[in-house]
Amino acid sequence: MNLTLKIWRQKDSSAKGQMVGYKVSDISEHMSFLEMMDVLNEQLVAEGEEPVAFDHDCREGICGMCSMYINGEAHGPDRGITTCQLHMRMFKDGDTITIEPFRAAAFPVIKDLVVDRSAFDRIQHAGGYISVNTSGNTQDANAIPISKHAADEAMDAATCIGCGACVATCKNSSAMLFVGAKVSQYALLPQGQVEAADRVKNMVAQMDLEGFGNCTNTGACEVECPKGISLDNIARMNRELMKASI
Amino acid sequence: MALDSKVPEGSLKDKWTDYKNKINLVNPANKRHIDVIVVGTGLAGGSAAATLAELGYNVKAFAYQDSPRRAHSIAAQGGINAAKNYQGDGDSTYRLFYDTVKGGDYRSREANVYRLAEVSANIIDQCVAQGVPFARDYGGLLDNRSFGGVLVSRTFYAKGQTGQQLLLGAYSAMNRQIARGKIEMFNRHEMLDVVIVDGKARGIIARNLVTGEIERHSAHAVVVGSGGYGNVYFLSTNAMGSNVTAAWKIHKKGAYFANPCYTQIHPTCIPRSGDYQSKLTLMSESLRNDGRIWVPKNIDDVLAIREGKKKPTDLSEDERDYYLERRYPAFGNLVPRDVASRAAKERCDAGYGVNATGEAVYLDFAAAIERYGKEQAKIQGIDNPSKGKITELGEKIVEAKYGNLFQMYEKIVDQDPYKTPMMIYPAVHYTMGGVWVDYNLMTTVPGLYCIGEANFSDHGANRLGASALMQGLADGYFVLPYTIGDYLADDIRTGKIPTDTKEFDEAEKSVKDQIEFFTTNNGTKTVDYFHKKLGKVMWDKCGMSRNEKGLKEAIKEIKEIREEFWKDVKVPGGANEMNPELEKAGRVADFLELGELFAKDALVREESAGGHFREEYQTEEGEAKRMKEFQFVSAWEYVGEPSEAKLHKEKLVYENIEVKERSYK
Repeated sequence: MNLTLKIWRQKDSSAKGQMVGYKVSDISEHMSFLEMMDVLNEQLVAEGEEPVAFDHDCREGICGMCSMYINGEAHGPDRGITTCQLHMRMFKDGDTITIEPFRAAAFPVIKDLVVDRSAFDRIQHAGGYISVNTSGNTQDANAIPISKHAADEAMDAATCIGCGACVATCKNSSAMLFVGAKVSQYALLPQGQVEAADRVKNMVAQMDLEGFGNCTNTGACEVECPKGISLDNIARMNRELMKASI
Repeated sequence: MALDSKVPEGSLKDKWTDYKNKINLVNPANKRHIDVIVVGTGLAGGSAAATLAELGYNVKAFAYQDSPRRAHSIAAQGGINAAKNYQGDGDSTYRLFYDTVKGGDYRSREANVYRLAEVSANIIDQCVAQGVPFARDYGGLLDNRSFGGVLVSRTFYAKGQTGQQLLLGAYSAMNRQIARGKIEMFNRHEMLDVVIVDGKARGIIARNLVTGEIERHSAHAVVVGSGGYGNVYFLSTNAMGSNVTAAWKIHKKGAYFANPCYTQIHPTCIPRSGDYQSKLTLMSESLRNDGRIWVPKNIDDVLAIREGKKKPTDLSEDERDYYLERRYPAFGNLVPRDVASRAAKERCDAGYGVNATGEAVYLDFAAAIERYGKEQAKIQGIDNPSKGKITELGEKIVEAKYGNLFQMYEKIVDQDPYKTPMMIYPAVHYTMGGVWVDYNLMTTVPGLYCIGEANFSDHGANRLGASALMQGLADGYFVLPYTIGDYLADDIRTGKIPTDTKEFDEAEKSVKDQIEFFTTNNGTKTVDYFHKKLGKVMWDKCGMSRNEKGLKEAIKEIKEIREEFWKDVKVPGGANEMNPELEKAGRVADFLELGELFAKDALVREESAGGHFREEYQTEEGEAKRMKEFQFVSAWEYVGEPSEAKLHKEKLVYENIEVKERSYK
């Protein structure tokens, strides 16, 4: 198929960006979206132009590095996937595709489609861990039974890949789904109980400090989340925060 | 230099304990004055950085990704082995040790493997304490899976995302230390050289991938945990950025590179669909627990399927060749990876491949769905369940076990694997070879360590499933933190290593020269053009099976590609900005050297062992034929051109295990 691409180009964080149009042809429907971007970049390099910078790494939907906003949707027009798992069969010949970076005040653009998501790391530094040293002398892994239900729920929360689609898609640029998922994982496990109150307070405080907006329960984040992280995690975080504040 | 593995004296099971009792320790107050650089933040690098920081060292950690959490360990699916014997099925430290040495085709170092098996149980305890949500049974205890090449269930897992959960565990431990200021994290930084001062590793040169700035970082020791080199094949299951550069740069500065030819070709990957393909996707090997692998018995059916006249589900049981079950009745679909991969290639080479490229076999879940469905019907008290009901119940169980893998497959291939068998084909997945290290995980350069997949590792010529995660975490959490202390105990009075010395000047200059070359060369061909060309030679001539003629051609061709690369490569953009093409150019330059050494290593190793199959050395039944005189590690010393690399041999001695013909029949 032949496509027209409108891509956000921005030289660096201080430069002014703009949308630039490109044409690609003979795109196979079996290609992934990023493979289509590879074709474009090979074409640009051959023409002596600078290729489009975009984040990507594992290309199997788990590293959370890829981050495009395609036709107005984080990770493009399909559900439960990252951009690297988006296939060209979702588009048709002659389509015009708009490609922008994830946009949020807390995710400044570094170059073209690459954004800085280190705010997520700093939220994790504030409490996204259990304080246990590596000693080899922790108690036996089966010493505390954990109900299958709690373990499965913790796993569902822990499956977050930290891509930032929730923030990019939220009209308030809220990071509540991301933070809620991490708070939930530990809140659901006995190992996480000891530090639960401090954890949720510190992580939420850091989240606010980074400039993420608040949650107004539109649920857009859940829809766009490649890993299907549920809104329940936001509710659980709020409950934990309430509990910690009383 | 003679290779000294520094394996401690004493009986196998006491070596590690005795060693730990006797090593030098660094007093906590002194650790504050010692700096350690860790390159790579996957399971090995991440766990090492966190643990060294907990101990009190000042750690500087480097990752080319935008966060340590994105290292490619995250993509490991199936699980992590540990000799816990929670299932009471006869597992033990010795049995894990035995399985690993046997699975590695008797090409690994006994003492290292035993230590790995010994600390494996601690890893699970540690990870559970960190909040890793491993799968549990209804009683609340940890669940296990079995994996290829073994007869016990010792694999712990978190859905099909075990690597992700373990990496996030290590990342959380790092976060705690970053918050304390004990780890200084350098995201979007790439190590481009190591700095050697008075024969010791004392720092690195790194490029800030956002600004392009070249930075000097000093330390008392340098730890490289930068992963494997599977991307030398261009197409592999590695991440796009996975590279050999850190490992290759230290090789060029004196660290020997061991067994580069030992590559693992994973049997269950999604087949290639076209020339634009940028990477291959692995489907966890755990699928082989329930999936049955087959191709049609009759070539007519193969052709009919390729032409779309028949569907795989049209073929009756009699018309299918479950070739693994046929050839290996004892292990069936659970034979080790190398055996399963070669068997698939054998069938496809004989013309029985089931997709348009002729490179695919079926992995079929129909039998498992039926078995689980019947079991569920019984549990739920449904008498005389209909076929539809059985399928419905069975699919639910299969979904609970492999749901995310099935979803991933469907997204890529656009077929529903619950209704029609999956198509799979082997792909490059893991490299057992790597930087040579002694028992302390130190390379041949003092103060320079190598951990995880980047080292030549404990897996011998072939790695068993769910052992990569085990080794990465064992190295980082439980081995390196001890062994590095023994070395650093001599450095308590050294003081900060200055970076304004001639050694740093020289290393920085060579890095800058190379970047300058790339950005001004103005050739006519892109970096990917050369990478793909190299990958094709590697796959065709250094792939699943190799022979003398092909390897000699490969050496010649890789050299030619390299020469062409240095003449004609085109890198757009500048040095002082984010420039992904420039990053790729540096990585491919190193792959082009490694590739040649790889072929040379494969040529010299006149035997078949694990992931290295030489066509000249096979049994009458087509199985790998090991040669006794090759019971050694090939450790290559860099002396200029890869073709001139000098071979050093570390003889492998087996005192606690009988070296046998590997049989999975």
